[in-house]
Amino acid sequence: MELATFWFILIGVLWTGYLVLEGFDFGVGMLLPVLGRNRDAKGGEDPAGERRRRAVLTTIGPHWDGNEVWLLTAGGATFAAFPHWYATMFSAFYLPLLLLLVALILRNMGLEYRYKRDSVAWRRGWDAMIIGGSVAAPLLVGVALTNLVHGLVMREVEVGTSASYTEFTGSLLSVLNPVSLLGGLTVLALCLTHGAHFLALKTRGDLRDDARALATRCGPVSAVLALGLLVWLGLERGSGASWALSALAAAALVGGIAANLAGREGWAFAGTATSIAAAVATYFVMLSPNVINGLGDDPDLSISAAASSPLTLEIMSWAAILFTPVVLAYTAWTYWIFRRRISVEQIPPASDPLAEKGARAATRS
Amino acid sequence: MESLDLARWQFAITTVYHFFFVPITIGMSALVAWFHTRYLWRREPGDLRLAKFFGKLFTINFALGLVTGIVQEFQFGMNWSAYSRFVGDIFGAPLALEALLAFFLESTFLGLWIFGWGKIPEKLHVACIWLVHIGTLLSAYFILAANSFMQNPVGYRYNPETGRAEMADFVAVLTNEVQLVTFPHVIAASYMVGGAVVMGVALHKMRRSHRLAQTALATTDDPAPDHRGDVVMYRRAVRLGGVVTLVAGLAVAITGDIQGKVMTEVQPMKMAAAEALYDTPPEGECAPFSVLTVAGLGGDDPTHVIEIPCLLSYLGTGSFDGEVQGMAELEAEYRQRFGDTEATASDTYIPPIAMTYWNFRLMIGAGLFAAAVAALALLMTRKDRVPMQRWWQPLLVLAPIATVLGHSFGWIFTEVGRQPWVVFGELTTANGVSDPSVVTSTDVIVSMVVFTLLYGVLAVIEVKLFLDYVRKGAEPFEETPVVEEDDELAFSY
Ligand code: HDD
Ligand code: HEM
Ligand code: HEM
Repeated sequence: MELATFWFILIGVLWTGYLVLEGFDFGVGMLLPVLGRNRDAKGGEDPAGERRRRAVLTTIGPHWDGNEVWLLTAGGATFAAFPHWYATMFSAFYLPLLLLLVALILRNMGLEYRYKRDSVAWRRGWDAMIIGGSVAAPLLVGVALTNLVHGLVMREVEVGTSASYTEFTGSLLSVLNPVSLLGGLTVLALCLTHGAHFLALKTRGDLRDDARALATRCGPVSAVLALGLLVWLGLERGSGASWALSALAAAALVGGIAANLAGREGWAFAGTATSIAAAVATYFVMLSPNVINGLGDDPDLSISAAASSPLTLEIMSWAAILFTPVVLAYTAWTYWIFRRRISVEQIPPASDPLAEKGARAATRS
Repeated sequence: MESLDLARWQFAITTVYHFFFVPITIGMSALVAWFHTRYLWRREPGDLRLAKFFGKLFTINFALGLVTGIVQEFQFGMNWSAYSRFVGDIFGAPLALEALLAFFLESTFLGLWIFGWGKIPEKLHVACIWLVHIGTLLSAYFILAANSFMQNPVGYRYNPETGRAEMADFVAVLTNEVQLVTFPHVIAASYMVGGAVVMGVALHKMRRSHRLAQTALATTDDPAPDHRGDVVMYRRAVRLGGVVTLVAGLAVAITGDIQGKVMTEVQPMKMAAAEALYDTPPEGECAPFSVLTVAGLGGDDPTHVIEIPCLLSYLGTGSFDGEVQGMAELEAEYRQRFGDTEATASDTYIPPIAMTYWNFRLMIGAGLFAAAVAALALLMTRKDRVPMQRWWQPLLVLAPIATVLGHSFGWIFTEVGRQPWVVFGELTTANGVSDPSVVTSTDVIVSMVVFTLLYGVLAVIEVKLFLDYVRKGAEPFEETPVVEEDDELAFSY
């Protein structure tokens, strides 16, 4: 296999890793207001609800930052292996990408700072950031990736004596077309379902029951959206392989929903994870042999035109072969360490991290 | 303003801001790891309290380093797409390796360290924070290798067919002569930051605990053993921080000195600009180093008020009578070598002189100041003494700030001094910017305003939180419980 093709596949793998892993922590973020309703009758903070929120967030606590590195790695690997892909894509999606960055920044700050101060206003503010960021980020990622497949308005630019690349020439509106918006909504819904399955798998008691019930409700919605999207894109760009992968994505999703109904939470989570992976694979099959499709008769940016020199690809391949297993091993190990289900009862009662000494002991007794 | 200037401002703002947090992360992770390790082997409760206390301050800072780093990863493609196309073949590889080798390590093991209390065996837990520190070092190595390529391109060849620079020798890129001096300098300067932060915070807490002990004694006859214990504990942190600041400061000076020589060799124009040296000194004369210049940095006859004879010759070449070239001569040489300058924004190969000149001096000055404060703190905390003079309060705040600013000055010097090049001798900054028909100046303005406002607000929140945690101080000692199946978690959100 050509090294450039190998890297094209590898970047698909990185996006899969990103969406499967951060996908569930986005979902958990979106479910925060639903599973951890924390307003009492008078609109104040309900202590029981607050404790549920903390339990919900603790399930992703040790993992979300590592999950996000998959995105950084996808970005860095695209830069290294396909400089023209990186340059064309990121300048084309300038404003949506800016929004994505803002969403990720606010969401991360929320996760890191929310618990650092005991104040209702402080928590409400960061909760809004976590929830807003968890909704906006997958939506924008979905819009961006779908555009690559659907096609961008582009022109060809000559470079050097015998090479060329394509540069985006469309407007912001051309990026916000119906099919890519559907793509955004689908990714959003898939993350939501995936997050609900994750929570059902990682919690105990009421929280687990509620997460399961929610998954039952979001599952069908995500299935309908995903079906619509894959058929739409399939009619535009489909091939035998892409239809087969789309079918696999749909089957896995339906299987996941069924497993959730049957109370098999591990299988439910595996189902949505497989479905996301198959959907990313569908996208990459519909892209190849390009990395960005041109809209209509516009020129495409092909894998070979976008690729780095063979030497760079070779060096990167060795690095990937040597170090990816190490990263996977310690990532798996962290999930193993924190494998136990979390119950609301295990969350220590609220205490002010900034209160004077001894206050914590006092609230405990 | 043109989109080029805007893109430059935007890049300068986001990068300088990212680099406020980076050296704190690099330096403090080492000190936190040290306290945690020392507890493991000495079982001194104060060490665990210090590890947790500085660990909290560390995570408050880390959060911002992380979110601002995400922006760095993407903005080359957003604002500098022409640059990305030209150097991606070489520049992209270290960036990708940074993510694969460093960011995964940092984020995974920091998560384990924060949530791992009572969940993983103690030794393994301590290893986690060391791995975080190793991650920060790897991260710095790769990103600095990428930057060093821009300062002194090596290990590549220009491919006329593809119109871009292509990798010829990756080992040469990773062992660039500039990289080999830059990495030790940046890391030493980061340890200086870590040391100064720990020293400043601990000195403040030590003085406060001492005052509380005195008050308790005066009002109730109670010798307040808690506060006395705290004084002893914080004192250890003050002295460790002070020693680290001083030793690292020495290393910074030594490595900086070597860096100056390499710089004179590979980018003589930068050194000439750093000294506002317009004309090459006549044969047989050495070049002086001016400490202060009052007028004429923009003209041809600057008034050097305080001058140290021959020091520049020494800094640049290692010998007091070495030749340092002036800017006028270099400009003529570059025009011959690189041709006309219509591609550059400023029509000259001379970088902005005042920026280079002052940032170089401010960098050194900031370091000298922090080192002096550290020496004084070590002197005045000898033999269990607690320095209670009022003037310590501003000093202990300014010393850590000075080290962080020293980094900013150093970087601004390095990057501005490279102008008009973005990749020295290969690509000018003006030619690296994204096609203005794709990324319009409005786009850049929007992103610049958004980031500036967002970063401003986050800075206020972070500083306030940091200070509140400093005020709170170290928690009382608590054994870490072993968390079994249904137990309450030792740490949760
Ligand atoms: C606390 C921070 C700090 C302190 C006290 C110093 N430096 Fe520095 N310096 C840096 C932080 C820094 C830096 C931010 O880390 C830079 C920017 C780029 C780099 O490689 O390191 C830098 C760059 C830098 C360069 C430019 C290299 C280049 O552009 O190729 C030189 C020549 C020196 N330093 C020399 C010195 C000397 C002689 C110092 C004192 C005796 C000194 N630095 C103190
Ligand atoms: C090591 C990684 C770094 C890389 C790869 C890098 C890369 C770049 C690039 C691509 C530019 C744009 C060209 C330009 O505007 O001139 C630039 C400019 C600049 N960078 Fe860096 N940079 C790095 C580190 C830093 C750091 C840590 C700082 C400051 C703390 C910094 C400060 C600046 C400034 C102030 C400019 C603007 C200079 C000017 O436009 O006149 N850089 N750098
Ligand atoms: C301009 C180029 C730069 C890029 C693309 C970049 C990228 C990033 C990214 C994506 C992160 C977040 C990592 C995470 O999720 O844990 C980060 C953090 C970090 N960066 Fe940068 N960075 C740049 C400049 C620098 C420089 C010049 C250094 C060091 C000399 C550096 C050192 C670090 C370190 C140590 C961290 C982790 C600690 C923290 O988050 O505070 N970076 N950087």
